[in-house]
Amino acid sequence: MRPTFRDAGHLIRPAVLLVIGLVVFMMVRGAVVPKGFGKYGHYRAGYLEVARSKPIQYAGQEVCASCHDSEATARAGGRHAKVSCEICHGPQARHADDPSALKPKLPDVATLCARCHEKDPAKPKAFPQVVTAEHSGGMACNDCHKPHNPHL
Amino acid sequence: MEMNRRDLFRFGGKLLVLASAGATLEQIIGAEPAPEAYKQADHWWGMIIDIEKCIGCGNCVKACSKENNVPDGFFRTWVERYEVPEGYTNPKVTSPKGAIDGFPLPQPTDLKAFFVPKLCNHCADSPCTQVCPVGATFVSPDGVVLVDKEYCLGCRYCVQACPYGCRYLNPETETIDKCTLCYHRITKGLTTACCENCPTQARVLVDFKNPKDPVHEFLRTHKVSVLKPQMATEAKVYYNNLDGAVR
Repeated sequence: MRPTFRDAGHLIRPAVLLVIGLVVFMMVRGAVVPKGFGKYGHYRAGYLEVARSKPIQYAGQEVCASCHDSEATARAGGRHAKVSCEICHGPQARHADDPSALKPKLPDVATLCARCHEKDPAKPKAFPQVVTAEHSGGMACNDCHKPHNPHL
Repeated sequence: MEMNRRDLFRFGGKLLVLASAGATLEQIIGAEPAPEAYKQADHWWGMIIDIEKCIGCGNCVKACSKENNVPDGFFRTWVERYEVPEGYTNPKVTSPKGAIDGFPLPQPTDLKAFFVPKLCNHCADSPCTQVCPVGATFVSPDGVVLVDKEYCLGCRYCVQACPYGCRYLNPETETIDKCTLCYHRITKGLTTACCENCPTQARVLVDFKNPKDPVHEFLRTHKVSVLKPQMATEAKVYYNNLDGAVR
């Protein structure tokens, strides 16, 4: 009787090669594809944690107000109520973590106030603006206006 | 005691009432989830920019730069000042150093003028992520377009693909950088550095998946637009009162 696969050797050898090739491919793939790739999409899911773990620089005004009561109260009653502390005082997350580590510098009012309040036709009409050179006559802004509550 | 069908229904009914009361109580108590319990699937971030409120102070640009160590001369957000003549021909657009120091000098003009803050639009169907050959840039499950710096080749395909010019090659790392919508802040319950530092609330971070977010009311009651809607990128940065001259 004739065997069913008379020339089976022809098939077994390429089949073995194919299996070896597949195993090698899977091993290489396992080694080079980063962990978590494809969990959410065509990218490394682990990067989301990396992106989250970056330290912050701006603490946020609630954090400032939790210690600096008098300044927060003065600000809350005036037109600067919604102007966040760090806009003028700069990033203070390090100061918030350890108040002695970073002493905030007092901002330079001459450039600071003008940055927002210098007259420009592109600004919304309702926004208070002045031509600083004509308005103050060389005086510093905070000679008259208290920055935390600027109304006279 | 033998339990008949009626008893079973009665008992089951009581159990259901108890269970539903329990669920409501849990919802009331658990209304404020801890920042640690951040679930990507519960958020879909975007931003609303109100042109009528922007004063061009550039504090957003400065804050972004400091928060994210953006190299000198590069910007993840910037403010443009438009001067538009009648008929929209050749509007004059300026943005000195991305307006990182604002627009300090008085700039008289008789033309229609306004400021337009720009940043990555965090498109839901973003052209930039589609061209990345190595899967280094992607839209996160909470709708933020990010770049995995460890896998970015710096090939700049995405820089070319972005219709809004929001990407750059960081010369220090030689990988692509862009606005991350302050992913390290918003996932901890804070707002972005630019929104935190906007004195007029012209830019506000919004979460479209939060039913209590004022964004839903805002979008219903204002005439808003996205930049380049014809690109069909499903941009998630909405502009209120956007002029037709803005590109």
